[in-house]
Amino acid sequence: MSVLVTPGPDGRFGDFGGRFVPETLVPACQELEAAFEDAWADPVFRGDLDHILREYAGRPSMLTECHNLGRQLGIRLILKREDLNHTGSHKINNVLGQTLLAKRMGKKRIVAETGAGQHGVASATAAALMGLECKVYMGAVDVERQALNVFRMRLLGAEVEAVHSGSRTLKDAVNEAMRDWVATVESTHYCLGSVMGPHPYPYMVRQFHRVIGDEAFAQCNDLLGAPPGVVVACVGGGSNAMGIFSGFVDTQARLVGVEPAGGAAVKRGQPGVVHGMKSYLMQDEHGQVQEAHSVSAGLDYPGVGPEHSYLASIGRAEYPNVTDDEVIEAFQLLSRTEGIIPALECAHAVAWIAREAPSMQGQTVLMNLSGRGDKDVAQMMDILGGGQ
Amino acid sequence: MTGTLESALRRRIDGGGKCLVPYVTGGYPGWVDSLRACAANGADAIEIGIPFSDPVMDGPVIQQSSQVALEAGATPVSILQEVRTLDVGIPLAVMCYYNTVFHAGHERFASDLRAAGVVAAIVPDLPLEEAGDWCAAADAAGVETVMLAAPTAPDERLPRVTARARGFVYSVGLLGVTGERTSLSSTATALAARVKKVTAMPVLVGVGVSNAEQAVEACRVADGVIMGASVVRRMIEEGPDAVGDFVGGVRRALDGATW
Ligand SMILES: Cc1ncc(COP(=O)(O)O)c(C=O)c1O
Repeated sequence: MSVLVTPGPDGRFGDFGGRFVPETLVPACQELEAAFEDAWADPVFRGDLDHILREYAGRPSMLTECHNLGRQLGIRLILKREDLNHTGSHKINNVLGQTLLAKRMGKKRIVAETGAGQHGVASATAAALMGLECKVYMGAVDVERQALNVFRMRLLGAEVEAVHSGSRTLKDAVNEAMRDWVATVESTHYCLGSVMGPHPYPYMVRQFHRVIGDEAFAQCNDLLGAPPGVVVACVGGGSNAMGIFSGFVDTQARLVGVEPAGGAAVKRGQPGVVHGMKSYLMQDEHGQVQEAHSVSAGLDYPGVGPEHSYLASIGRAEYPNVTDDEVIEAFQLLSRTEGIIPALECAHAVAWIAREAPSMQGQTVLMNLSGRGDKDVAQMMDILGGGQ
Repeated sequence: MTGTLESALRRRIDGGGKCLVPYVTGGYPGWVDSLRACAANGADAIEIGIPFSDPVMDGPVIQQSSQVALEAGATPVSILQEVRTLDVGIPLAVMCYYNTVFHAGHERFASDLRAAGVVAAIVPDLPLEEAGDWCAAADAAGVETVMLAAPTAPDERLPRVTARARGFVYSVGLLGVTGERTSLSSTATALAARVKKVTAMPVLVGVGVSNAEQAVEACRVADGVIMGASVVRRMIEEGPDAVGDFVGGVRRALDGATW
């Protein structure tokens, strides 16, 4: 039996998941669940999705072996190049799936939250393609540090609203998107950007990202003749990680999800309920959700998708964390050794690999390069100084 | 057995009146005075908000009051400690997000409420399908769990929601979050009428009932109203006296109307 859970109507992955939403949203979640099941089983929908993933997003994404960095670290390092997708990250896989589904459900408008802006850009892109109205909520802090993506979204015709409540980052953008959805649920689809939220989102978003793991599994077979020893991805909500993990959970590969030290939900959190799901969550002694702190806007989130909590609880995957300083180092390391500028998010995975390489000598490590770093260049210029 | 809250509301309804339940954010500086002002001016029960970091059902006014309360150091424990010392002569309910309950543990939270003299709980992000364990613990401790009925609920769902409700049924007044609106949404009376058809419990309309006139309008169909943002805004801007005046005004309007 596969370790990959197909949740029942209760939306559970072990003890985690569920559907903790205001009563107003329950019928919408149920409707979405039914619509997704129906679409996922429909060869026409699947054919349409495969077609735009190929013709529009540019799938399959290739594998790149990092000979220079691999040699330096004493490992065999292979990247799954989600950075080469249209819009520059893995987020487009999920967004094309959800917008196609929203159209099928007769919705006219989508709302989305975004942290780094990659999910917002992907949503704005898909909305432009499919003729949907699009509104993106983004924490005011992130609007500032990801100004380039804000402009991209507006250029694509989306409305971007800066969220000034709470920590003014991803967590608060999710709150505001949910508030919008409560008020507009009849015409609007909430295009959630990670494997989080109420059922069916964690399951549905994972299914839309499985393509990463399924491709990578076949590509590894071609390249290596076997699965890699280690599979590594960064974890904010956890969608790019669940995407690649789903291709390897049933192999012997070690699965590693790397969190930021300031948002280490699995290591530092306890089970809690927010944003519609039960999962590991950073909270204080009274159950108030704590603010995450990370140099990377896309990982600046105090929770994690419920399936990761489940995989951690059964010991199938591990969730170490890395510091901002290690990430800034790693960002430069991959740029200089391989000529690939990673997004700050997946620079977390690079940082972990660089740190742990001494204990993985001779092993084959597959890393999901979830996005490209163009969006982070201005921020890094501030951090490193322009002359660096 | 009919609970304390339901009994109090029924007394009002059986006497030909309409129920008025104001909402006050617990832990907001001076909140206890506002709560007393509500009680002294004709409230039938009071809903005490336990502030949460991520209040997804609340609009700007209640969000702001929650944030101020949290910054002032309010915790579920500190609020219940204050509640314990209150003797306002009407039933008190709490409104809290589910993580507050889950984090404390169902049994413990239910018994803490009871020990503080709170008789009911409203947990807006705990829908029917997830509510079983909490409701069982609350029932056992004698805490009435108010269930919310939403405008989006299909006919088939409403009776299942109302069957699980204790105290009263909270009929959500519009599609959206808490906050004042210039007029009562037509959804408010439409849903209240649907809910009344499937339950004998008291049915109160909350979310988007903003003034005396709208309260009267909602009560053409419903048994009463919950007034949140309109009360909290006065607490923030003007203080307890203004809260008392406002609640008294709504009370007079409800008592003066012919039904
Ligand atoms: C490139 C990139 N990787 C990773 C993430 C984190 O999301 P997730 O953990 O869902 O993959 C983001 C989010 O903005 C991102 O832009």
